[in-house]
Amino acid sequence: MKFKDYYSILGVERSASEADIKKAYRKLARKYHPDVSKDPKGEEKFKEVAEAYQTLSDAEKRAAYDRLGSHRSGEDFQPSPDWGRDFGGKFKDGQASFDDIDLSDLFAHFGGGGGRGRGGGMGAGQHTRARMPIPGEDFEVTAKISLEEAYRGTQVTLNLSVPEYDEHGRGRHAARTFEARIPKGATDGQRLRLRGQGGKGQHGGRDGDLYLNIRLHPHALYRVDGHDLYLDLPLPPWEAALGATVEVPTLAGAVHLKVAPATNSGQRLRLAKRGLPIPGGGEGDLFAIVQIVVPPALSERERALFKELAESSTFQPRSHLTKAEPHAS
Amino acid sequence: MQAEPRDVLWLNQTETISITELAGLAGLTEAEVRELVDYGALSPANPDDGQWIFSANCVVTLRRACRLRTDLELDLHALALTLKLIEQIDGLQSEVAQLRAQQPQHHD
Repeated sequence: MKFKDYYSILGVERSASEADIKKAYRKLARKYHPDVSKDPKGEEKFKEVAEAYQTLSDAEKRAAYDRLGSHRSGEDFQPSPDWGRDFGGKFKDGQASFDDIDLSDLFAHFGGGGGRGRGGGMGAGQHTRARMPIPGEDFEVTAKISLEEAYRGTQVTLNLSVPEYDEHGRGRHAARTFEARIPKGATDGQRLRLRGQGGKGQHGGRDGDLYLNIRLHPHALYRVDGHDLYLDLPLPPWEAALGATVEVPTLAGAVHLKVAPATNSGQRLRLAKRGLPIPGGGEGDLFAIVQIVVPPALSERERALFKELAESSTFQPRSHLTKAEPHAS
Repeated sequence: MQAEPRDVLWLNQTETISITELAGLAGLTEAEVRELVDYGALSPANPDDGQWIFSANCVVTLRRACRLRTDLELDLHALALTLKLIEQIDGLQSEVAQLRAQQPQHHD
């Protein structure tokens, strides 16, 4: 069994008071809580902190932990025979062998109080209610899919580390693969609840749910807002001025879009119902945002034509700038 | 393991769930959900009816707030405040995403 220094994880001395331990936990929990922290390792750190707190905040567990002695973090160790004699009865079946068990699982099985903790502890006190129905755990997972997969619906494979329990209620984490069907209608940030697809219930308890937080991979062409899509539509100056019919890609295939004469940069051209399907019916829209672009290098002929246009046009797009009244101070 | 359509719930504004189901999913009692409504932290879709229903998009926010309540040992008032702040953050993030989507990109 690998040793974990719970005091060092919480950043307190071994002699710390109950109040000090609680204060240290709250400070670190606020910092690393996965619902708050932006730290990519926040969840992992929070689990460590919560596991340490679950043991050190319980006087009986703390006393048992202290009797394990001091070791370096990560050091292999075995509880002494005395420890097994004094505390072994606190475990299911008076378990006295501590091979192949994690320290967090060891204390999760320690008698008295507590339910399944979120921070890595699980099954605490299960030996007292081993035959009671225990609902399966809910899992919340982010599923990253492409825009095309969201458009037509898809099947995702999720790899999770989940708690599992043996017939005595002893638990440990195991890698499991889940397949989940995402129906069409998903969009970025959409949440989906798959009933009964989470952890298995025990002794007749209901199976947990799987909550999917759907994230879309950035797309080369489209940007997503809800079920609407945005696409930049580059137009040369003559198409913007004279109007044109241009081909626009959509998720269902290319369509022809009529651009009216005198179309300006930034104008949004709506292609109704060419966005993502909406759950329950309907589709979002696709907006083509006009961007007027000029050729990076002009041929002689192009230059001559633009020059002729410049000389004959009376259009003054900046007239409002020169007519503006100076601001009175 | 493949979900049947009846087991799939979109957690969006269109779908609704009962107060009993919402309380169960969030790990709260119905009385606590009613208290959160009193604090203005949750709004039922049918406030004048006896059997409240809620928009399903509040499920994830409420579960998140309840996790914070458990892990940070918050009381129900703090939970109500947390819920409002999470909603504000989600609203602002959604607005930022919307503005980014509508903003033309620079193509080289």
